[in-house]
Amino acid sequence: MKKETMTSMQRTLTSLGHDEPDRVPLFLLLTMHGARELGLSIQDYFSKAEHVAEAQSRMRAKYGHDCLYGFFYAPVEIEAWGGEVIFSPDGPPNSGEPFIKNADMIGRLKVPDITKTPCLTKVLKAIELMKTRVGDECPIIGVVMSPFSVPVMQMGFGPYLDLMVENPERFTELMRINEDFCVDWANAQLAAGATAICYFDPVSSPDMVPRDHFLRTGFKIAGRVLARINGPVATHLASGRALPILDDIVQTGAAVVGVSCVEDLARIKSACRGKIAVLGNLNGVEMRRWSAAEARQKVREAISQGATGGGFILSDNHGEIPWQVPEETLLGIGESLRRHGTYPVKGAPA
Amino acid sequence: MQETSRQFEQALLSIDRLAVRRMADAARSEMKPMEIVDRLVMPALIRIGDRWERGDVSLAQVYMSGRICEELVEGLLPPDDTRDGNQPPMAIAVLDDYHLLGKRIVYALLRANGFHVKDYGRTTVSDTITRVRDDEIRVLLLSTLMLNSALRVREVVTALKRTNLGVKVVVGGAPFRFDAGLWREVGADAMGYSASDAPGIVRNITGDLS
Repeated sequence: MKKETMTSMQRTLTSLGHDEPDRVPLFLLLTMHGARELGLSIQDYFSKAEHVAEAQSRMRAKYGHDCLYGFFYAPVEIEAWGGEVIFSPDGPPNSGEPFIKNADMIGRLKVPDITKTPCLTKVLKAIELMKTRVGDECPIIGVVMSPFSVPVMQMGFGPYLDLMVENPERFTELMRINEDFCVDWANAQLAAGATAICYFDPVSSPDMVPRDHFLRTGFKIAGRVLARINGPVATHLASGRALPILDDIVQTGAAVVGVSCVEDLARIKSACRGKIAVLGNLNGVEMRRWSAAEARQKVREAISQGATGGGFILSDNHGEIPWQVPEETLLGIGESLRRHGTYPVKGAPA
Repeated sequence: MQETSRQFEQALLSIDRLAVRRMADAARSEMKPMEIVDRLVMPALIRIGDRWERGDVSLAQVYMSGRICEELVEGLLPPDDTRDGNQPPMAIAVLDDYHLLGKRIVYALLRANGFHVKDYGRTTVSDTITRVRDDEIRVLLLSTLMLNSALRVREVVTALKRTNLGVKVVVGGAPFRFDAGLWREVGADAMGYSASDAPGIVRNITGDLS
């Protein structure tokens, strides 16, 4: 293994500039594992900003990856709107019963004031603490749910699809409200020290809505929102397919796209080359039972398909590694990345 | 008929309820209600499901097609009319989650096929076991979104095996799609990759049970 010559920040920025850094950047998007690191329950772990900042630092030191993740859990935004979050001992906190019970309630929604919402100020504090620790040496990733995707938790997926089809006026109203919150929330995280924002938008995937519908809705929303976010944005479809809308995502202004393990990484990379960097695409669900040899093999495959020419960050395909993935596997992924991910890598020609 | 079925499929994908209703009404002059389900509704839904697996159509289109067909079939068939009078008791549930869309689609497709299914909505492991026992369910369909919920199916299967009721458990949802070996690991009897697999799986299982 060659000696590493770049900081995590330099490595990531070089790759995002579509050049080859010293080695492939690795983003292990770990959330709940921090609880295990500190010997806490998942609920206790997320109760304090200090826990998350400390565990993110420890996990980076342990696994040798290239980012700190300011993400607590997806329904933190639902909590901010007054909705319910259900904690589980062995999985991510989940959104409870949807709080928008009917379309008429949309007209009465008030955008949460971030500065007065404890679940959000806690996230901001965690990011500030991380920034104090790493400065500009390592990227810190903040997270927002896209205005187009968060209604799945706000009102339930079925009722949301019904709203899209049957009540376009209320749909537009909900998007306007969600856009304002999303922009404020993203910019607050950047102001707290986040380097970039991950914009989770699974509903925009062609798995969820047809491309023509996306072009009328999620695409325009993303374009408006990303233009108002004061920093670089990675659009992540959270395991959804991206290939049929890659050029559209580029047009929204995203610098990175998180892609699915169900897609051919070489094809994705070829379509993205020089236009948008690729984040992905190890299968987080399968990862739970990978042997050390399998982990090595999967990392090698991803590197050979995606890494040449830069513009690639190795990561999982969902944006959150499941609690059930053991430490040994994560260590194996890091080790294999350092062994096989030093540039120039063996793979498809740039 | 094939052309009509294709047009019916297109009307579903375009969420054109009026066109769907018009075609079903026209078919009533030539076919019995169950024939309409068999020859018009089901082929279209199966093709839409297959196209979703190939990435040609979206989940929103699968969902809306299922809903439209469910409404249509509810109107075509009287409430106690089933495809097979000997259907074993069946139930469907979402384990530990408020994300109910997958279950909703499967339920709609099963109803559109003339199957009668009890809808338990969102349930926990213990609630599922109690209700299955009380209702003497023979086929249980479980949908999950999170990996930890999917792994909890094993607790349901283990508890139901102890009852000796011979309950068959069918699973579906994202964790099973992303890990093809997971359904066997948790002890399920079958896994639906997409919602359109459900009627065929249930038909096979009910055939075995009878």
